[in-house]
Amino acid sequence: MDNQLKTTCLHGEHVALGAKMSPFAGFDMPIQYSNITAEHNAVRNAAGIFDVSHMGEIFINGPQATEFVNHIFTNDVRTLVPGQILYGMMLYPDGGTVDDLLVYKEFAPDAYLLVVNAANIDKDYEWMLRNAEGYEVGILNDSDNWGQVAVQGPGSEAVVSKVLGMDLSGLVFYHFEDFELYGKRAIISRTGYTGEDGFEIYATPEAIVDLWKTFLAAGVVPCGLGCRDTLRFEAGLPLYGDELSADISPVMAGLSMFCKLDKEEFIGKEALVKQKAEGVARKLVGIEIADRAIPRAGYPVVLDDGTEVGVVTTGYHSISLDKSICFALVDAAYAPLGTPLNIQIRHKVFPGVTVKKRFYQTNYKK
Amino acid sequence: MSKILDELLYSESHEWVKVDGNIAIIGVSDFAQEEMGDITYVDAPAEGDTVAKGEDFGALESVKASSELYSPVSGNVVAVNEELEDKPELINEDPYGAWIIKVEMSDKSELDTLLSAAAYAEIAQ
Repeated sequence: MDNQLKTTCLHGEHVALGAKMSPFAGFDMPIQYSNITAEHNAVRNAAGIFDVSHMGEIFINGPQATEFVNHIFTNDVRTLVPGQILYGMMLYPDGGTVDDLLVYKEFAPDAYLLVVNAANIDKDYEWMLRNAEGYEVGILNDSDNWGQVAVQGPGSEAVVSKVLGMDLSGLVFYHFEDFELYGKRAIISRTGYTGEDGFEIYATPEAIVDLWKTFLAAGVVPCGLGCRDTLRFEAGLPLYGDELSADISPVMAGLSMFCKLDKEEFIGKEALVKQKAEGVARKLVGIEIADRAIPRAGYPVVLDDGTEVGVVTTGYHSISLDKSICFALVDAAYAPLGTPLNIQIRHKVFPGVTVKKRFYQTNYKK
Repeated sequence: MSKILDELLYSESHEWVKVDGNIAIIGVSDFAQEEMGDITYVDAPAEGDTVAKGEDFGALESVKASSELYSPVSGNVVAVNEELEDKPELINEDPYGAWIIKVEMSDKSELDTLLSAAAYAEIAQ
């Protein structure tokens, strides 16, 4: 095994459960415990728990915290009330994406928690430091001191309420509460990456290990990164590295609603304004093919005459919908819904058509 | 430890071959199906297609990944296991019973390059 790989606080639990482990974002992570389909269905129908301790937690505070976060973040945090969460991106000046992230507005004044992708923690932290010049803020990368689990699925409110002894019926989507575990701060938010109702719980690594065991004992199904990807994909959610990257702007990815171009400024704003005005060369679309063959990342999107007009970014035979579908980045001319586009899968070409990217009807508690 | 049948020949890419006169019956090994996990789709050629030794003739798909199938021999596809169309999981359940294609070999000497069960056991671990 690569000795550069990091492990989360739950690594020993995964190994003990016999999980199939694989490197992801620099961590040795569980891909599946039983099989991807069963774990996927557990989240859609009941409740599953994911180890997401590899995610990064970066804390921003200081008199100019709001101005600073608004400077590096595409969405507008000035409208947030304490306990509220916003999704958005950090951009390069050319509009390419540094990362997509959640911003938590803390209950303390002038303080925010930024939750970033595991693969991007160091890059994001350096990006924040570099762009903080002139702002009176403190930036703390506290990722190593936090563990995190996501409990997801229609049964999650009942089981999380029971395990934590909290009434969570009033906690609505994209909001969080602070509480304590073993005398240390913990956070629970009604967020997730599956298209289902669910919670993400942040606490010390020791507390997270105990929570994990308690949730398993309560019948919550351990779920690996394999089904995390099938679930988020069906719900139309992007994965940094596949649907967003330094080369893929939020406008190209169809995520303009998270970019507030009416803010005075943020890094990358001018580039996005230009992209909106002039159009982008490529756009992210959904494509459905009428066959059980599976469009995988990297497969070409082709016209009837064989001309290549795009590439698949993520694709599956959808577990919940029993259809072969994918995200693909295609020449903008072919992006409108209903456009016939073919996908080349090995030696064969399969006819398909562009469809909405949210393949699965999400079930959030708003 | 995965199962390896003594009476079969194997390729380094984990296909097995059962020889019946001029016909090579081809499937994938127990080791291969275990590595793949639950197989959800079998992409197989059609009857009458030609296959060439070492070239891919189709693929197995699991939820997460696809794994190409490489032909251990050259020849014409004379039969395709149509049962796998609706029941790809048969490969997981009975990898040595769930054959994928039958090939009428154009050059039986190609069999000499395949691995015995003992030699395959060395790489299937």
